Amino acid sequence: MAKYAILIYDDPAGYANMSPEAWGAVIDAHSSFVKGVFELGGSMDSGAALAATTSATSIRGGNTVTDGPFVETKEALGGFYVVEARDLDHAVEIAKLCPAPFGGVEVRPVVDPTQANPF
Amino acid sequence: MQADAVAAALAQAHRSEWAFVLSATVRVAGDLDLAEECAQEAYVSALQAWTRDGVPERPGAWLTTAARNQALDRLRREVTLRRKLPLLVEPATVDPHDPADPDGPDAAVPDDRLRLVFTCCHPTLAPEARVALTLRLVCGVPTPDVARAFLVSEPTMAARITRAKKKITEARIPYRVPGRAELPERLDSVLTAVHLLFSTGHTAGEGDALVREELCDRALHLARTLAALLPEQAETRGLLGLLLLTDARRATRTDEQGRLLLLADQDRTRWDQRAILEGLTVTAGALASGPPGRFTLQAAIAGVHAMAPSLEQTDWPRVVHLYDRLLAVWNTPVVALNRAAAVAFADGPAAALPLLDELATDPRLADYPYLPATRADLLRRLGDAAGAAQSYRRAMELTANAAERAFLEQRLAEVSRAAGAEPAPG
Repeated sequence: MAKYAILIYDDPAGYANMSPEAWGAVIDAHSSFVKGVFELGGSMDSGAALAATTSATSIRGGNTVTDGPFVETKEALGGFYVVEARDLDHAVEIAKLCPAPFGGVEVRPVVDPTQANPF
Repeated sequence: MQADAVAAALAQAHRSEWAFVLSATVRVAGDLDLAEECAQEAYVSALQAWTRDGVPERPGAWLTTAARNQALDRLRREVTLRRKLPLLVEPATVDPHDPADPDGPDAAVPDDRLRLVFTCCHPTLAPEARVALTLRLVCGVPTPDVARAFLVSEPTMAARITRAKKKITEARIPYRVPGRAELPERLDSVLTAVHLLFSTGHTAGEGDALVREELCDRALHLARTLAALLPEQAETRGLLGLLLLTDARRATRTDEQGRLLLLADQDRTRWDQRAILEGLTVTAGALASGPPGRFTLQAAIAGVHAMAPSLEQTDWPRVVHLYDRLLAVWNTPVVALNRAAAVAFADGPAAALPLLDELATDPRLADYPYLPATRADLLRRLGDAAGAAQSYRRAMELTANAAERAFLEQRLAEVSRAAGAEPAPG
């Protein structure tokens, strides 16, 4: 098994004017995703939702501090999961279940930092 | 042993056995780069051994054994290294069986070469990387030749191939043939790559003519392999039929000066009748085994052309009907344009013009030279020489292919004369 990060890129505008019912449905979708990971034979390592990009502060070169996200795009990183999967096919199968109603997800292998030079 | 006899046997073994040797070695090495190096070394050592002892009865088996021994040897040395540096090297764990797949990963197709093809054409790799990797790893084409085939510099192609191989290792793209449930999506990617490989050889822009013919042959060989290994997947036979029927016209696509010849101007007596017969048989088999996919339908269209004694005597209503079915499974503006061209033969050029007007609003065709070229041809046949000339000029602006440009230039001169005007300069 190997670790893969599933990065959720969504248009924040989609969530901005959501009704409480629709928000409830999003929460439910995430709960069933977590269940789905195990049903597919993977496992959940960790995950988190991130606050809106309006709360972001970026730091460049160690000292240039600016208000806002590092990259300005319509879709922003809104949260992530780290799952364990057998291989990329398995990770993609899992990631297809991950909710991202206003964008999509990106799958990236998580590098083992104890390796001599993983890059 | 004659040196040139050995060289010929080696060249033959490279053409027909390379994928077999490499894929069998990947199983032992668990790593594409290492397997490739070992396979190459096996070919190098074969030159010496075969000169000394003669060419073995089964060169493929000889080469596979040599390459696998080489890989085992290297791995043994690496194990020693691992013992000394236990923290630095993570052992490669390869799951031999996929527990989530009840069919088992190997149940669908137990063939190492196919595994290799499916790995190279994995949908998570960039499409251009899929074709390049297939050429490099499945066909054993050296990187400089792959670069030439795609008209990019050697460093660019080397970087593209390295990047794809790195992704296979780092993202852990599995070396396996997909299970039955995944096969449609994955197989389509494989068939598309093989078709693209053929098209790259078939519709040459510039470049080395020899390498290009070779691309067609490689693609045909791969299509044959796929059809033989996955005969129950009708589209594998559809693709083989399409390539055979298209390739049967290879000798007649240009004249002695290398100028492009349209279907109308090709010498049909020089079409390869053996390839046509085989193509028709294979395609008929694919058509008989269920609702046809896009490759089978394209093969069927190529088959109607192959059977027609002349352009005029082509069964155009059948061609239009097949294009209708093709559009239903593969709705692209290019297919719609080809359908319009067939309508122009079945029902006359005037019937096709409104179809082209509609397609002209599609932004995906904005820079597609065959749209104005088709319009020019329709207007020419309708006697609108001025309108035809305008469209020929537009098509010439868009085409990047010298043979096609020369053809358009000639047509422009003809209609310009008919319109009583001077040909446009340049």
